[in-house]
Amino acid sequence: MTRWPGIVLVLSGVILFGAPAPSLAKTEIHFWHAMGGQLGETVNELVKQFNQSQPEYEVKALNKGTYPEVLTAAIAAYRQKNPPHIVQVFDVGTQTMLLSGAIYPIFQLMKEQEIPINWGDLIKPVTGYYSRDGNLYSMPFNSSSPILYYNRDAFKKAGLADKPPATWKEVGEVSKKVVAAGAAKCGFTTSWPSWTMLENTFPWHDQPFATNANGYTGLDTKLLINGEFGVKHIGQLAAWQKEGIYSYGGRMGQPDPKFINGDCAMLIQSSAVIGNFKRTLKFEWGTGQLPHWGAPYKRQNTVVGGATLWVMRGQKASDYKGVAQVMKFIAEPHQQTWWHVTTGYLPITQTAIKNLEASLHFKKNPEQWTALSQLQAKPTANSLGHRLGNFVQIREAIEGEMEHIFAGKKTAKQGLDDAVAKGNEILKEFAAANTQ
Amino acid sequence: MKRAVFKNRGLPYLLVLPQIAVTLVFFFWPAFESLRLSVFRTSPFGDKTLFVGLENFAKLLSSPDYYRSIVNTFVFAFGVTALGVGAGLFVAALATQRIRGLAVYRTALLWPYGIAPPIAGIIFLFIFHPSYGVLPYWLAFVTSYEFNWLLKGPLAMTLVIIATAWTHIGYNIAFFLAGLLAIPTSVLEAASVDGAGPIRRFRSIVFPLLSPITFYLLVVNLIFSFFGSFGVIHAVTQGGPGNATEIMVFKVYKDGFVGLNLGSSAAQSVLLMIVVIVLTALQFRFVERRVTYT
Repeated sequence: MTRWPGIVLVLSGVILFGAPAPSLAKTEIHFWHAMGGQLGETVNELVKQFNQSQPEYEVKALNKGTYPEVLTAAIAAYRQKNPPHIVQVFDVGTQTMLLSGAIYPIFQLMKEQEIPINWGDLIKPVTGYYSRDGNLYSMPFNSSSPILYYNRDAFKKAGLADKPPATWKEVGEVSKKVVAAGAAKCGFTTSWPSWTMLENTFPWHDQPFATNANGYTGLDTKLLINGEFGVKHIGQLAAWQKEGIYSYGGRMGQPDPKFINGDCAMLIQSSAVIGNFKRTLKFEWGTGQLPHWGAPYKRQNTVVGGATLWVMRGQKASDYKGVAQVMKFIAEPHQQTWWHVTTGYLPITQTAIKNLEASLHFKKNPEQWTALSQLQAKPTANSLGHRLGNFVQIREAIEGEMEHIFAGKKTAKQGLDDAVAKGNEILKEFAAANTQ
Repeated sequence: MKRAVFKNRGLPYLLVLPQIAVTLVFFFWPAFESLRLSVFRTSPFGDKTLFVGLENFAKLLSSPDYYRSIVNTFVFAFGVTALGVGAGLFVAALATQRIRGLAVYRTALLWPYGIAPPIAGIIFLFIFHPSYGVLPYWLAFVTSYEFNWLLKGPLAMTLVIIATAWTHIGYNIAFFLAGLLAIPTSVLEAASVDGAGPIRRFRSIVFPLLSPITFYLLVVNLIFSFFGSFGVIHAVTQGGPGNATEIMVFKVYKDGFVGLNLGSSAAQSVLLMIVVIVLTALQFRFVERRVTYT
C-alpha cells in the first residue's frame, strides 16, 4: 500500500501536464498505406523527413495491409465518419475512388489551399491514368510498369548473345535454346498475369482493352480482350506452356521465385522489383522492354501500375491545409528523386528525370531506364490507362480464365470469351450501383 | 426439472444479461445486418443504396460460378471432415498404446491445433509450392510428374483439404483420446476373454461408445470447414486455379472485401447460413439416431 502515493503522483502528473507530449500543438494527419517491409521503412523515412521539415503538422503513417485491405479499411472508416486524411489506393481502385464522392480531388485541394504546383511537370502516362477532364484527382506516389528481366548467366550458358529478346518471336526462340541447352528449366514466366499480359500488352500494341476508350468516356463499358489480338497472344502463351517454354507460376508476385532460383531464364514483372532484385539475385541479370509482336502492330506505350495518394473528405477543414503541405512535399523533385533511387519506383516528374539524367543515373543504372523508355510515346485512347469499375474483381475473373486456358481446359478464344462475359457482368453491376 | 429459487426476481435476469448482450451484439446484430444488406445494391462507399428485393439472390442462383462454389464447398467440407475425423481417430488410437514417452508424444499431437490457419497455409506453401516448395523440388529428381497445382484444380483441392484437416486434427485427437481413455478396460478385457479380436472389439465396443464424440466431431468439423477454413484457402490458393478451390466462405470474402460488392456478398452469407443450418438439422435428424449415449 505504501506504493500508492507514488503512482497517484505520477498519474496526476500525467493528467495535469499531458505527460510526455512535445507534439501537443501539432495537428495529426493520418496516412494509411500498403507498403510493407523495405518499402514501408522508406515511407516512414519520407514521413519523418516531412515531420522534421515543419513544426505544425505530424503525419502518422500506418501500414494497413495489402492494397485491397487498405482500400476496404478506408471505406469502412469513411462509413464510420472517421476516415484517414490520406489513403494509398492502387491503380485498379481508381474508378471506385473517382465515383465515390468521398474524395477531395488533389487539383482542387491545392487550388483551394493556394499552393501552386506545376502539374505539367508530371509525365503524361501518369497524369493520364489518374486525371478526369484534364484535372488530376490523386497524387501519384509509387508508379511502375512491366518489363522483361533476363538471366545473363543462363543466356551465356546457352550460347546466346547478351541482349534481351525484343519481340515475342525472339522470346520463343531464345526460350527454346535456353531449355535445349539445359541452362534453365523453362524459358520465361509472368507475374501479375492479367496486368502484364493483357492490361499492358494491349496498350503497348495500341489495341483497345475495353470500349468507351478503355472506360474513360462512359460507364456502359465492355471488355474487348477476346478479339484477334488477345486470342493470338494468349493462344501463343498457352501453346508455349504446353511445350514447356512458358511456365505459368500463379498470380501476383508468386512466379518471381521461378526466376530468382534460376528455373526460368526470363521473367516479366513490374519494374518495382528492381530494388529487391539488386539486393537478392545471385546471378548476373539485365532488363529489356516488354516484348512486342512487331508489325503490323504499332509500338505504343505501356501503362503505369502502382498506387496514388487520395485525400478523403470528412475531416476537419483546417486539417486540409496540412494535407496540402504533405502533397507539396511529396511532389518536390528532391523527394521524387530520393524515392526513385531508394525504391526503384519510377520518377514521375520531368524535372526529377532531368536531374537523374544530369547525374548520369540512368547510364549507371540502365535497368532503371527500361520502364521509363516504354512511357515515352504520346498516349492514344488505347494507351492512356484503364478506367473500369470493380477492376479488382474483373482481374480475378480474367486470371481465373487464363488459368483454364493455360491448363488446357479451354481454348484461348473460349477462355477469353468467358472472361469477357464475366467482366461485362461485373461492369454492368458497377454501372448500376453508380447510376442510381 | 429442478426449479432454482432466487429471492430476487430480477437477479436471474441480471445474471444472464451479459450472455444475452454478447449474443445480441456479436451474433444477432451482424446476422440481421447481412440480411438487410442482402436486399440492397450498395455502392462501395455506401453513399448510394437501392432496394433491389431478391435480385442479389436471383443473380447468384443463375450464376454457374456460384454453383461451382457450392460443389467446391461440399467436396472440401466432406473431404476435410472425413480426413480430419478419420485420421484423428486413428492417431488417437495409436496414442493409447503403452509406449515410452507417451506424455510428450500426446502433447506433440495437439500442436497443429495451436497454429493459426494462415500460418499453417504458409508452412504448406513452403513444402508444396511449385516454384519454391521442397516437395516438388525433390519430386523432380525421381519422377517427371509436374506437381503444379497452380494449374491443376483437383490437386489444389486435395492440397487445401489436407492442409485444413491438418490444422484441425489436434482438436479431433484430443476428443477421441479423452473418449478412448474413458472406456472402461474391464469391458474390453471381458470381450477379449470371450474371444473378440482387436477389430471386433473396436467395432462392437469402442466405436459405439465413442459415437457421441464422433457425432459431435462430425458436426464441428463440418461447420469448421464451412466457416473457419478461410485462412488456409486465403494463404495457399486464393480460390484458384480458375475457381477450383473457391469455396462459399471465400467467395463471400472475395466479392465483399476485394470486389466491394456488398449486396451480393451479404446474400451469399445468408445462403451459406441456410446451407449450414439445413446440414446441421439433417445431421441431428439422421446421424444422431445411430448415436448411443450412455
